[in-house]
Amino acid sequence: MIEIKDLHKSYKMGSNSLHVLKGINFSVKEGELVAIMGSSGSGKSTLLNILGMLDELDEGSYTLDGVPIKNLNETKAAQYRNKFLGFVFQSFNLINYKSAMENVALPLYYQKVGRKERQEKALKYLEQVGLKEWATHLPNELSGGQKQRVAIARAMAAEPKVLLADEPTGALDSKTSYEVMDLIQKINDQGNTILLVTHEPDIADMCKRIVHLKDGVIIEDKKVEQVRASQYV
Amino acid sequence: MFSRDNWKEIFETIQKNKLRTFLSGFTVALGILIFVVLFGFGNGLKNTFSKFFEDDAQNIITLFPGQTSKPYKGYKSGRRIEFDNSDLEDIKTNFPIFLEYITPRISRNGLVKYKNESNNYSTRAVAPSHQIAEKTIIMKGRYLNVKDVKEKSKTAVIGRLVEKDLFGAKNAMGEYIDIGGSAFKVIGVYQDEGGDDEERRIYIPYTTRQLIEKNTDKIDQIIVAFRPELGYAGALALDKGLTEFIKNKKFINPNDQNGLYVRNVAEGLKQTQQMAFVLQMIVGFVAIGTIIAGIIGISNIMVFVVKERTKELGIRKALGATPKAVIGTILLESVFITTVFGFIGMIIGIAILNSMGDKLKDRFITDPYIDMPIAIGATVLLIVFGAIAGYIPAKRAARIKPIVALRDE
Repeated sequence: MIEIKDLHKSYKMGSNSLHVLKGINFSVKEGELVAIMGSSGSGKSTLLNILGMLDELDEGSYTLDGVPIKNLNETKAAQYRNKFLGFVFQSFNLINYKSAMENVALPLYYQKVGRKERQEKALKYLEQVGLKEWATHLPNELSGGQKQRVAIARAMAAEPKVLLADEPTGALDSKTSYEVMDLIQKINDQGNTILLVTHEPDIADMCKRIVHLKDGVIIEDKKVEQVRASQYV
Repeated sequence: MFSRDNWKEIFETIQKNKLRTFLSGFTVALGILIFVVLFGFGNGLKNTFSKFFEDDAQNIITLFPGQTSKPYKGYKSGRRIEFDNSDLEDIKTNFPIFLEYITPRISRNGLVKYKNESNNYSTRAVAPSHQIAEKTIIMKGRYLNVKDVKEKSKTAVIGRLVEKDLFGAKNAMGEYIDIGGSAFKVIGVYQDEGGDDEERRIYIPYTTRQLIEKNTDKIDQIIVAFRPELGYAGALALDKGLTEFIKNKKFINPNDQNGLYVRNVAEGLKQTQQMAFVLQMIVGFVAIGTIIAGIIGISNIMVFVVKERTKELGIRKALGATPKAVIGTILLESVFITTVFGFIGMIIGIAILNSMGDKLKDRFITDPYIDMPIAIGATVLLIVFGAIAGYIPAKRAARIKPIVALRDE
């Protein structure tokens, strides 16, 4: 599903250049649930941004579902993001003047799905995350965990190939974190590919594979026995 | 880009961001409103200036006799010039192609009596064509006619207010009034747009006045109307010709400024219209300034709006909004708001102008109005510039990487 070869990325900081990713080789198969771990500054968020086409790579190659991701213009990148990827952010990033349902329906709007169908789909995904009765509420009327579930529903609504989650539990307490992880596991159980950035070991243990990043290189890539989050909920 | 779905998305955004909508809408509406009202007032000023002259005919040259200040051909200076009936005939025969009509005027003030009522009025002894020169409107009866002049009949046409003063609610028609000791029959009542003073006058045949004044043939002033098709240039030519002719006939030194006075309405009218034009230019300048201020205002608001929405746009981009969609969203929203509020401002402005009428007449503003093409043009201008002002920050916003927009919490 994801194929990364010899990926390099550096940021220009004035006259200095900061080499963040120093040759990453990495691939993800369909249906995997991968945790990318590392301390801050290890390059894990940069990697996720490149995977999410939110940022461009300097060197190396990136293939997503057989499509080479290279030299994309803004329009093309937007279309690919819309078609291939779903995002879940640490700070939820819901649009605050839109209701839960409208937020979930937004990616479908950019897929030019008709209004009725959008609403039906949005409701379906809200139901999956257990928030159907909150459909008409605005984000500021929801708790943190509920907001993240809306964000996950939104990421799923476009039916992406890969779900990218950047510290999805970073702003949540442990109980809510486990609820969210339970949801992510269930989505993974349905066969969806998920990549998840975290620095919490217990969250990483709930994935099926852990990739450790340090100073811009992968120091460890291991399969783990998945801890089911449902036992903590 | 213009699908129904897009519009729904925009309407929802507008509805849910009322403050933002109000701010930008208010700026636009106010800008257009002030423009329309200012421009309308400019037109109102012009109207007032035109009205000063519309009261009388505008193709009039009036000749006033003066007192010479230079000796000429054996005549001493300080000689008083007088017109008489022969001058009327001479002008008629010498300037036939220029002339539309000619009338003398002899003005006297005096006591006028009817039964127990009496008052001082200005009595003008004139020829029938004076009606056209003064734009006298007959309400009852008739004006003086050629027969009255020929027979030197004692007939009088009185102003509306003269009738009101002397007769009260009674009808003056056919009654006899006493003007300076002679009885005149009232044959007509008139009104005049020139105001109360002009409706407190009495017109009698000039020949009758001359008969009363010891059968003289002297006249005070000569009013000459030129053919309107001659235009301004023709009026000046006639003005010059008449001056030369009268000075020659009355032995006035051609360089004497005091022997003869000539008042050419066309000249005054032109000056006044020029002044009104300058006034309107000034008002127009201020109005354009208002529009520019409006454009700057809407530009600022657009920059602010885009800044405020940076994060939202970043989210939209992460969810698959193309740069075109981002620009489209911002632009359509801005154009929609400026269009709606622009036309609201315009309509309110026009409503204010229409309700004004002549309420501000004392302040020299009569019937202010604005031509629709100018009002609409200004509104469209503001919409276009609002769109351009919105396009630049929108384009920048569309170029921002979502990752940058989503950063800093």
